[in-house]
Amino acid sequence: MLELRNLTASYGAITALHGISLSVPPGRIVTLIGANGAGKTTTLKAISGLLRARRGEILYDGKNIAGLPTHQIVKLGLSHVPEGRMIFVNLTVMENLQMGAYLQKDRQAIQRELDYVFATFPRLQERRQQIAGTLSGGEQQMLAIGRALMSKPKFLMLDEPSLGLAPLLVKTIFEKIIEINRQQGITILLVEQNANLALEVSHSGYVLETGKITLQGDSAALRRNPQVRSAYLGG
Amino acid sequence: MTEFLQQLINGLAFGSILALIALGYTMVYGILRFINFAHGDVFMLGAFAGFYLAPKIARVLPTPSIGSGLAVLFAAMLICAAIGVVIERFAYRPLRGRPKLTVLITAIGVSLFLEYTGQFVFGAAPKSFPRLIPDYPIAHVGGLSVTSDQIIVLSVTGLLLVALRFIVLKTKIGMAMRALSFNPEAAALMGVNTDIVISFTFALGSALAAAAGILFAINYPAIDPLMGILPGLKAFVAAVLGGIGNLPGAVLGGLIIGVTEAFVSGYISSTYRDAIAFGVLILILLVKPSGLLGKKEVEKV
Repeated sequence: MLELRNLTASYGAITALHGISLSVPPGRIVTLIGANGAGKTTTLKAISGLLRARRGEILYDGKNIAGLPTHQIVKLGLSHVPEGRMIFVNLTVMENLQMGAYLQKDRQAIQRELDYVFATFPRLQERRQQIAGTLSGGEQQMLAIGRALMSKPKFLMLDEPSLGLAPLLVKTIFEKIIEINRQQGITILLVEQNANLALEVSHSGYVLETGKITLQGDSAALRRNPQVRSAYLGG
Repeated sequence: MTEFLQQLINGLAFGSILALIALGYTMVYGILRFINFAHGDVFMLGAFAGFYLAPKIARVLPTPSIGSGLAVLFAAMLICAAIGVVIERFAYRPLRGRPKLTVLITAIGVSLFLEYTGQFVFGAAPKSFPRLIPDYPIAHVGGLSVTSDQIIVLSVTGLLLVALRFIVLKTKIGMAMRALSFNPEAAALMGVNTDIVISFTFALGSALAAAAGILFAINYPAIDPLMGILPGLKAFVAAVLGGIGNLPGAVLGGLIIGVTEAFVSGYISSTYRDAIAFGVLILILLVKPSGLLGKKEVEKV
């Protein structure tokens, strides 16, 4: 579904990714774990075109999308829930969801997606006329994911969905992520600091350290790996 | 009382022209966070577009009449919308992502370019703007005189504001404009082609400036290539007064400045008229820098 080959990206003079390669097979949940500043967010930004890759290839369905503008990448069925959620706090919940369906022309298809999002996150339906900025953190995360689903993506990238949420909410959100993957068959690339949780829900994983992939493998195997255990799983 | 009402009407008429210009400043600021100092000159180009179009339209439509007036208005709005798009495409877009100061200086450059190209092409001497709409005798109630031109200014402004409100709040591109003004990256992630939305914003703002230019020329029918400087600056002050980036704020700011000017020139002295806007600017920057309806912006790190 998605393959990175030797991807290099930088912010001005500072190189954030030193040639990383990874692959996300269709229908899977793949996670990218690592400490703060390891380059996880940068990887997602490079894939969705928010940051231009310096070198390397980003193959999406076999096609190199490196260098395409973001709106064209989104059109290919890729959806990115960015770090910090970036919901439109000045718009209503409903308008946020409509923004998610910005590229959809078919009204019936939009309605179907909306029904699905409301079924998945009933709280959003209750609050649909509310200004999004007045939602709680958990509701904002639900809105960010719901908004991404409105574009009917084939490939979903989630950046730190657990950030700033209470443990119980984190559990709910992750259950929904698994549900989205199983029921809708949407391939997911998940970036998380909460490595324990990320490796629990994913099929395979990559460990990123200062812009390089240092470990990779089955999530179950990574959880047993002593290096991963001591560095990311608290022993 | 008559004197008061008279000044109020005069002030509202000029204020609504300022409001139309101020909307362009505030929309562009809302989306790109920079002040398009060439905007006042688009207002001037609107008046000149009307000046050159009027005789052509007079050949097909009886002039002066409401119909020919509206035809000139819409044609000038279209022309200026295109000019606005071209200015953004060639002067500002290449500087996207560069320091704000670079873009600001470029805007001043574009402004000077339009003013002096205008002098070269149109001539520096003031031209007399033709009468587009007949001077209907209206309302002479107890010494109060409201001209039909003033009524036209107020009603056209009202209609344009309703149309703008509809576009911004009810259409897809309007929603994209609001999303983009909040967060361009997030808007792009929704599949919004940000370049198109930015072009559209310039088209919209420039069309409103053109309408203001025509309405201004109807009321003060001597036009020249430097006529945009002062109204442009005053409209900029109006946008800051209302809260830059805030659309109702721009309208409110325009009306306040227009009315204040009229009262000062009516009751105190018309000598000080042009100083009012800048006095207001100093005052608002001291008391409430975010403007009347503006929200405090948290600087993102």
